[in-house]
Formats: sequence, structure tokens, C-alpha cells
Amino acid sequence: MERGEANDGRRAAFGYRPVFHAVGLCLALAATWLLLSGYFQFLLLALGVLSVGLCVWIAMRMDLIDHEGVPIHITWAALRYLPWLAKEVVKANIDVARRVVDPALPISPTMFDAPASQQSDLGQTLYANSITLTPGTVSVDLDLQVIRVHALTADAADGVLEGEMDRRVSRVEGQA
Amino acid sequence: MSLALDAASWLLLLAGGAFVIIGAVGLIRMPDFFTRLHPAGLTDTMGAGLILLGLLLQAGWTIVAVKLAIIAVFLLFTSPTSSHATARAALAAGLRPLLTGEAGKEKDRAP
Repeated sequence: MERGEANDGRRAAFGYRPVFHAVGLCLALAATWLLLSGYFQFLLLALGVLSVGLCVWIAMRMDLIDHEGVPIHITWAALRYLPWLAKEVVKANIDVARRVVDPALPISPTMFDAPASQQSDLGQTLYANSITLTPGTVSVDLDLQVIRVHALTADAADGVLEGEMDRRVSRVEGQA
Repeated sequence: MSLALDAASWLLLLAGGAFVIIGAVGLIRMPDFFTRLHPAGLTDTMGAGLILLGLLLQAGWTIVAVKLAIIAVFLLFTSPTSSHATARAALAAGLRPLLTGEAGKEKDRAP
């Protein structure tokens, strides 16, 4: 199967460790169950164990347990990236809000291709999502190493082209 | 709950509400589909974020706080994904964006 082979290639490049990712998925699902229920009776804990087991088993059968389906290997790098992203999102929010309430509506919509230096689909997805999460820029299409971006203003467009977000996301990915 | 915490919480809730309203106003004021996506982002990010923070202060160190944090994480992944899907679908369906600005003008001017 073509898709399967492509998957194998990508997995080899990023170190395919199914047990590591399966255990990570188990822990994440168990934590989610405990935190969402907040009950610690035997029956509910047993149901939780059953649910986690069923989910992981289905995910394994669907061949989803790898660096893409369960990207726990970048957890710490991603957590270090989040504060910077939050700061950028806040700055962009204030900028867009100011333009919305300005009677003159000072916008200059732009569409352009931004280079994405990430090596994996996961990294590119992370970068495209970061662009979209930042108000004023939305990624509208994703090709190999190129993201098509729609920006509300030329300033926002230049901010993306400057490439700091691209470099930081590549660094997150590089921790793999 | 102390008065300071309550005041901070209300300030965050009001600020979040303001961003939601500005987002809605922007949605109406923007000229075309693609530009409308941007103020919609205000509602998803600062609007929802500040309101969740305000509610987090109301919840204190309880399991409710954890659930609010989980909502924030879900929003972090779902809101850009749905924005991207909407924009991509519009582009694929042949909708052309209204463009007036140009990115990287300085670079183009270089000899």
C-alpha cells in the first residue's frame, strides 16, 4: 500500500518507537479520565481502565500510534514554545482589535507563500496551526515546505515572512 | 474568595467579553470572507482565553479548574484547525480573496 510505505519511511526518519508512544497514549488517556471524572471508586476506575485499553487497542489497529498520532516526544519542547506563542497571540489580538474598532478600518489584505522549514508533517502542521491561531494571519493551503497564508494587513504578512515563528517551530520539531 | 481575586476574575471576564464583542463587530465590518476570518480569531483566542482565565480564578484549586484548562487545550487545537479548514474549503471552491496589500515589498524592490 502506497500510503503505508510513505508512513514507514517517515517513521524510520523520526525513530519509530511504538511502545513509547503507546505507553504515552495510555498515560494521557488515564490522566484525562481521572481528571474529568474525579471519582475514585473501584467500579469507575475499572471502567476507566477498560476504556483506556479499548481506545489504545483501536488506535493500534488503525495504525495511529506513531510520532504523528501521539506526538509526546515533543511535549517539553512544545511547552517551552507555548509562552512565546501566547505572547505573539496577545500582541496580534490587540492589533486586530484596534483595527476593527478604528472607524477607517485600516486593513490591507494580502495572500502570499511563506516558506516552512520543518522536516516533518507534524512540524508543518504545528507551524500552520500557529499561524492560524495568531489573529491577522490564516494559513489557507499547505504544500511541501510552503504555506499559503492570508493576512489581514501587510504588517502581519511581513511578520510571518520574517520567520521567527518558523525557526521556533523548527526548534520544537528538532527535539524529536 | 478574597475581594482581590474576585475583582481580578471579573476584570478578566469583562475583558474577555469585550474581545468577543469586538470580534463580532469585526465579523460584520470586514469586507470579504477571508478578512472576516481574522476577527473571528479574536473570539477564539483572547475572548475565550480571558473568559477561561476569569473562570479559573473563580474555580480555585479544584477539579473544575482542571476541566477549564482542558477546555483551553482543546480550543488551542480545534480553533485553528477549523479556521484553516474553512479557509481552504473557500479557496478550493473558487472564492477569490479581496487583496489590496502586498507582502515583502522591500524585497521585491531590491535589484
